Amino acid sequence: MNMRGAQIVCKSLLREGCDVVFGIPGGAILPLYQTLPEFPDLRHILVRHEQGAAHAADGYARVTGKPGVAVATSGPGATNLVTGIAAAQMDSVPMVIVTGQVGRPSIGTDAFQETDITGITLPITKHNFLVMEAKDIARVIKEAFFIANSGRPGPVLVDIPRDVFMEEVDYEEPLELDLPGYKPTISGNNRQIKKASALIQSAKRPVILAGHGVIISRAYDELKELAERAQIPVITTLLGISCFPEDHVLWTGWPGMHGMAYSSLALDEADLIVALGMRFDDRITGNAEKFSSKSKKIHVDIDPSEIGKIIPVDVPIVGDVKDVLVKLNELVEPSTHSDWLKRIETLKKDHPSLRLPETDKLLARQVIRDISEITEGNATIVTGVGQHQMWAAQHYEFKNPCSLLTSGGSGTMGYEVPAAMGAQVASPDGTVWSIAGDGGFQMTLCELATIVENKLPVKFAILNNGFLGMVRQWQEIFFESSYVSTGYSGNPDFVKLAEAYGIKGIRVTDKTQVKTAIQDAMEHDGPVLIDFIVEQEENVYPMIPSGMTVKDMIEEPSSERVTV
Amino acid sequence: MTTTTDKHTITALVEDQPGVLNRISSMFRRRGYNISSLAVGQSETDGLSRMTFVVEGDPETVEMVAKNLHKLVEVIKVVNISSGNTVSRELALVRVNADVTTRSEIMQIVDIFRAKIVDVSQGTLIVEVTGDENKVDSLVDLLRTFGVHEVMRTGTIAMSRGVSYEEDTPG
Repeated sequence: MNMRGAQIVCKSLLREGCDVVFGIPGGAILPLYQTLPEFPDLRHILVRHEQGAAHAADGYARVTGKPGVAVATSGPGATNLVTGIAAAQMDSVPMVIVTGQVGRPSIGTDAFQETDITGITLPITKHNFLVMEAKDIARVIKEAFFIANSGRPGPVLVDIPRDVFMEEVDYEEPLELDLPGYKPTISGNNRQIKKASALIQSAKRPVILAGHGVIISRAYDELKELAERAQIPVITTLLGISCFPEDHVLWTGWPGMHGMAYSSLALDEADLIVALGMRFDDRITGNAEKFSSKSKKIHVDIDPSEIGKIIPVDVPIVGDVKDVLVKLNELVEPSTHSDWLKRIETLKKDHPSLRLPETDKLLARQVIRDISEITEGNATIVTGVGQHQMWAAQHYEFKNPCSLLTSGGSGTMGYEVPAAMGAQVASPDGTVWSIAGDGGFQMTLCELATIVENKLPVKFAILNNGFLGMVRQWQEIFFESSYVSTGYSGNPDFVKLAEAYGIKGIRVTDKTQVKTAIQDAMEHDGPVLIDFIVEQEENVYPMIPSGMTVKDMIEEPSSERVTV
Repeated sequence: MTTTTDKHTITALVEDQPGVLNRISSMFRRRGYNISSLAVGQSETDGLSRMTFVVEGDPETVEMVAKNLHKLVEVIKVVNISSGNTVSRELALVRVNADVTTRSEIMQIVDIFRAKIVDVSQGTLIVEVTGDENKVDSLVDLLRTFGVHEVMRTGTIAMSRGVSYEEDTPG
């Protein structure tokens, strides 16, 4: 059957199970756009900026577990995707990005809107392709989806010249993948798993450190089984949050720079860390050489290059977390660790970490607690990056797996608006709260138009302190409160802004109005933006300054009078 | 952590496609690994090339190099052959000053090294030498006393001895 390249792209996307594409047209990608009406099952969501397309695809992918798809034109269209692609790469999010390229005869001539996007994205994609013949499109898209969502997931970019979209070829269904150099290890080595089981058996003070890998492999039940069977406290990473229920007695918070003090202390006192699908990020380890120096480490990860990268490991296991846990659970004998669990209880009592001061002021932390209470921990929380992100992670009580979407590795401000959009598209009936700061919100707020156009009922909470809050905090602590370029005196009236987009806007200036506003937002059928005018100079605690150890932790400001 | 920095030889079998070398060199640059030499050529199989890297670093670093090479989709096989019993060779061309008074002395040195003179002109010779890195280094050093104009080296290629075909590194 004869088909044009653009038709093959659409057909291939549908064949791979893609039902929605986030994008914005332009010259080089136009032949693909003009073909979209022939494929009504392929829903296209018209974003306002390509960065929005990339983050929306990311949010969609995290919620569904399927690759998110973003489309953009050549040159600036493609380069605008770069921030979103890098964020997905850092957080192992499966994405397939299709970019238009100038026509084949123009490649290399510095033609209008020509950019070497495969060159640019080489270090920030899992893999990328430049397709020079229409007959290769079907195979390449099949391979792109397979690479994106197998092994350690990641973004795959497919760059297609304009004339290749228009080239007509005989379409053949691609049968088999031909990727001799790509064979991810899924099944964990039995001998290594036996060694791990023996280490767990002999440990007196074991902890599980569960990362994003547990969510990616959907290994929630297996994690719970291991923790309960061997009575091991569970600490998660930032991206691991929600992989283990926070109301579970073994849940022991998350550690690191702004994590709970008791979690960092438990890691420091442990004699065994069972690290599952995580990569010992510097926000967790601080000074890696002094990190949890008394413990042995079992490290399970599907990416062999993560093992031994930061921390020497006693038992490395390459494989899918779920596969490894199923096998490990068959070997691990039940135990109690009652002394250790008592010690953990004491740590939690002596270092509660997340107490709020008695005050009439409107604190950002209070807003998160109230959202948590009113949504009963059942919302999908999407954050930007900075203080509000840390407070959301600390104070929201996550009840459901995979319910925190945040740019952990790359720390991308502006993620909160488009990623929430993608999450809501993925889960049309779910409650999605985008927790934003006034800084990050303004980086991608143009997507409010997309949200309105597509009738997405996302609820936005702007924790508006008029500062780039986390940067201001660093200036306060490390630069004698010299607030260079962190004050936002020119903020717009966010309520009027929301209304200009046709979104319900609410302003909250007083502690007593918080719950009512959140209730109103929940009851409103459609998107809502609440502008919370919060205390300007609050800091996030606990804090372990960059590159330091648990001994350098500032647990809370000495001045605060606290209640539990 | 060990502090021993040594030279290690890694070979990789890769798909012969545009951009592969770019991907590999980008990975080395991004991760901050040092390549002291790199040689690329066709392998025994059509469509596949074999690369030989000589990498400086402690054993942990070299292991990370191998793992990160392996992670690239177009890299099919990675073997660290530093520890094994291997044959390693490189080829060098050296343009050296040679007048009537020095020519015969140079020819003697070239003979000892089982090298060859491949070009003679009024005031210079081109010497071709094959051998492992040390041998080539020694000859170049000796020739420097006569005045070396130009040195071209291919970089090391290496193969393990015996019948055993190279085995994949774990992971």
